[in-house]
Amino acid sequence: MDNLQSIQDEALALIESADSLAHLDDVRVKFLGKKGLISAQMKTLSQLSAEERPQAGAKINTVRDRVTEVLEARKTTLEVEAEAQSLMRDAVDVTMPSRPQEIGGLHPVTRTLDRLNRLFASLGYTVATGPEIEDDWHNFEALNIPSHHPARAMHDTFYFDDGRVLRTHTSPVQIRTMVSEEPPIRIVAPGRVYRCDSDLTHTPMFHQIEGLVVDQDISFADLKGTIITFLNRFFEVDLDVRFRPSYFPFTEPSAEVDVQCVMCEGSGCRVCSHTGWLEVMGCGMVHPTVFEQTGVDTSVYKGFAFGMGIERLAMLRYEIGDLRLFYENDLQFLNQFHG
Amino acid sequence: MKASISWLKSLCPTDLSVDEIVSRLTMAGLEVDGVEAAAKPFTHVVVGEVLSVSQHPDADKLNVCEVTDGESTYQVVCGAPNVRAGLKVPFARVGAVIGEDFKIKQAKLRGVESNGMLCGADELGLSDERDGLMELPDFFVTGSDFAELLSLPDEVVEVDLTPNRGDCLSITGLARELGVLSQAQFSFVHCDPVDPESDETHDVYLSAPEGCPCYVGRVIENVDVSRPTPVWMVERLRRSGVRSIDAIVDITNYVMLELGQPMHAFDRDQLVGAIDVRMAKDGEQLVLLDGKTLTLTNDVLVIADQEKPLALAGIMGGEHSGISEKTTSVFLESAYFNPITVAGKARRYGLHTDASARFERGVDWLLAERACQRATALLIEICGGTPGPVMITDNEQALPTMQVVELSNARIEQQLKINLSTETIQQMLEALGFGVEVVDGGFRCVAPSWRFDVSIEQDLIEEIARIYGYNNLPTSLPAQALTMASVPETDTPLMRLKHYLVDQDIQEAITYSFVDPETQAVLGDGIAGVRLANPIASNLAEMRRSLLPGLVEAVRYNVNRQASRVRLFETGQCFVLQGDELDQSERVGIAIYGQSDPLHFSGDRAVDFFDLKGVVDGLGMINGGAELNWKPSEHPALAPGQTASVSLDGKVLGVVGRLHPKLARELDLPKPLFLADLALSPLLCGQVTAFKAISRYPKVLRDLAIVVDDGVAWQQIVDAVTGLSDARIQSVELFDVYRGTGVPEGRQSLALSLSLQDPEKTLDDTAIQELVDQVVQVLHEQTDAELRG
Repeated sequence: MDNLQSIQDEALALIESADSLAHLDDVRVKFLGKKGLISAQMKTLSQLSAEERPQAGAKINTVRDRVTEVLEARKTTLEVEAEAQSLMRDAVDVTMPSRPQEIGGLHPVTRTLDRLNRLFASLGYTVATGPEIEDDWHNFEALNIPSHHPARAMHDTFYFDDGRVLRTHTSPVQIRTMVSEEPPIRIVAPGRVYRCDSDLTHTPMFHQIEGLVVDQDISFADLKGTIITFLNRFFEVDLDVRFRPSYFPFTEPSAEVDVQCVMCEGSGCRVCSHTGWLEVMGCGMVHPTVFEQTGVDTSVYKGFAFGMGIERLAMLRYEIGDLRLFYENDLQFLNQFHG
Repeated sequence: MKASISWLKSLCPTDLSVDEIVSRLTMAGLEVDGVEAAAKPFTHVVVGEVLSVSQHPDADKLNVCEVTDGESTYQVVCGAPNVRAGLKVPFARVGAVIGEDFKIKQAKLRGVESNGMLCGADELGLSDERDGLMELPDFFVTGSDFAELLSLPDEVVEVDLTPNRGDCLSITGLARELGVLSQAQFSFVHCDPVDPESDETHDVYLSAPEGCPCYVGRVIENVDVSRPTPVWMVERLRRSGVRSIDAIVDITNYVMLELGQPMHAFDRDQLVGAIDVRMAKDGEQLVLLDGKTLTLTNDVLVIADQEKPLALAGIMGGEHSGISEKTTSVFLESAYFNPITVAGKARRYGLHTDASARFERGVDWLLAERACQRATALLIEICGGTPGPVMITDNEQALPTMQVVELSNARIEQQLKINLSTETIQQMLEALGFGVEVVDGGFRCVAPSWRFDVSIEQDLIEEIARIYGYNNLPTSLPAQALTMASVPETDTPLMRLKHYLVDQDIQEAITYSFVDPETQAVLGDGIAGVRLANPIASNLAEMRRSLLPGLVEAVRYNVNRQASRVRLFETGQCFVLQGDELDQSERVGIAIYGQSDPLHFSGDRAVDFFDLKGVVDGLGMINGGAELNWKPSEHPALAPGQTASVSLDGKVLGVVGRLHPKLARELDLPKPLFLADLALSPLLCGQVTAFKAISRYPKVLRDLAIVVDDGVAWQQIVDAVTGLSDARIQSVELFDVYRGTGVPEGRQSLALSLSLQDPEKTLDDTAIQELVDQVVQVLHEQTDAELRG
């Protein structure tokens, strides 16, 4: 049995010194394998008497269990070490650039329009659209701008040979809506509009949004309240808003709306031409002639309409100084509007 | 309209500051665009009289003058060529300050002492042109304060009038408004009749009374046209932006500015027979005052004599009958022309004149005679002359009528949510010139003859709101019944589609809807787009038929600016003529160019067809999982073999493909550009999911490698397998394509993965093998596929 003790000593020593899982497995085979030294000891039991066998067997089992236990422990240790080494090899420089997961962006005009749509949607307005090549009736006549009207000179209109025009404003969508729908009406009509004009502050194509409300008891007070609330929500700051009498053939009374300059808060700067005010939109009560043209009963219904240029709002909102940037589609410009 | 404050105050004596006047006009709808000083500020400038002039001893161009201010005599060195003894000029004495900081000091000019400065109009800010000394009339009293004589300091306001307010295109009109807004008493200019001193008349016929229902004429003989226009008049004209021409023209312009009545003066000796106000004959010619020859059409109203047209009515006079230095007899015209007759004609001939601007908007139709009297009085005063009687030729049927408009108190309250007393409303309207009669529940108002913008109740409500002040009116939000909107689940919001594309790292672009016809021809299918009649530039002359021209141009713009990776999309209307019908539906376009991903150390590759196909397939996915159908196709602008037509539910949406390398070279695009142009609305109209029961039994995957001819499209494989219509075959996917060693020339090896699952039981090996065999068999039958050994 001295032999057994020395086997155990040797096994434990070898387990201790095994520095890899492969070496450790060699040790396992050498002692615990089918032909291993401990297994060989088991085979010697048959040479013993029946009385000696249980005691001797128990001793061998004790040694085997002890060796197995130490070996498993060593194996666990070596596995942990091996994984740690493997992880070390796989270590990355976490400061290196990420695998790109870039996203594009919406054009500032779209961003602005979408915000306007959502602001007005919260008041129950729906979005209406219409064609950009319009006939004279929808773009002018029905809006109380007959052919001799001086207001036509205010619209530098693009024409087609058949007399159709590129719509000069989004107001024709008002007309289409009133013709096709029964009041109450609450719509906004965003879209492209066109004027034959191009310089530092004009592009031949730009965007407007038109709003129209038709209902039984609509007043100028409702128009004012709607516009003031809208402007404060849009700029996310309470600004002074003023209404100036103005003239549009399709509204009466008509007003231009100024907000306190968002850049200088009214103290006067280059953006507001040192007036402290920014002209942002036009509005008014729907002209009875427009109602008559579109078959809305003027004895029952009143309405207001408003319209504004999107680029102007976007320029103020994002502090863009040059209108022409909007349609150059330069990525250095577009990329600034992520998401 | 430019108006000087001093002129306005002469009709409406208000104490308001200029800032306050500007603010009140603006807030009443007469927007003041700018305010500027009428002259430089100056002090110590008096009317000086040059007593003598002698040559400077050491300078050829300088004179040494003796000048008096009425009290003392000063030696002044002067370089102006028009200096002469006896001349009265503005004289800045020593101590004077001109402008901000130009101080007049005692000085020596080339050794000769000079005590003060004789001034030119430009030096005092009274003219933009340098034209020697400003010559003053003899009746200016020597020594009197020059600023005071010219009503200086003075400010000029520029009012940007809306087209409805033609009545404010005069000092009278603006002063009347200012009177209402400042509670100052406005008074009309006195236009006392000038009694005739002769019987000279000139016959006038109104052959087109619709266009000209009233024509006032007057002959004034023995006129001295050489007399200078008085300084006060030149100054008032100048402050309103009108240059002095000669006394007669100046007087007609002055009356126009003062009263709003455009006038014309003919040289009476040039008139052949009676005046006829008639429509032009087609092809008739007229040489205008500015030397331009017009060929007329029969919808243009002219003033003619018995031989020829003399003037474009209400727009511009002719050269032939205009006032010249030889004129001694003047025929004054003061007429009412119908706005509709004049409207558009000036624009047609490219003539925008002060007269046409007024007649187009409407000139007070009761003003002509008064204006004629006013002009006569001024003419006699300045140029002398013998006036004949005022001749009024009119056609009452064709004249406008007084507009009577009812205004109800209830309507004011409903629209403006204010409650004003009857007196307040009456006062407001009367101050504006309305005749007001109080009736039960409101008012009966007669609009003044100068207001062409008042014909219905709303117009009066605007007047009341305007005078009350828009900003003093109450505010509220519309009361509205709560309604719930419908939210169709089949509608994919456009913003969802845009956000999806943005999430694919694609940037939204917005390009012009009009494009270069040449680019469109090259990038299109050879069909021309709708042409604009008046494009802003030849390269923006045609409406886009697809989004490709704009996107390709935008890609090129960025590639030219060193961008190596460009990914853009756009949505918007395109304009396609189909027979006589114009289709204006919206499309979505996508362009991707350069590397598939942004530069990264893990490597990169160029975009290919399948990158864009993936993006486009995703458009179907977001739309409730609609599956797009792809077919090889051809397009003139796209590369053969890398072009597909895409359809949904049997309807073709558009094309996807690679820009033809030849075009890419021409456009200087060194890398492949992949383009998509698709109809938008089908991509936003999906379907509500119909749930199918899921199987609880295991799914089995089987891989197959088959060899087929190169020409066999993957879609054929999919169609063949789908054609088995066996619910247990859930999908077939392609995971490898191989050509080369081991595969015959002209054939390709495709590795497929079959996904098999039985909804009702576990698939056993026999069943699996049967399914695989069926697939192999159908592929063999339909695509000549062989299992790869």
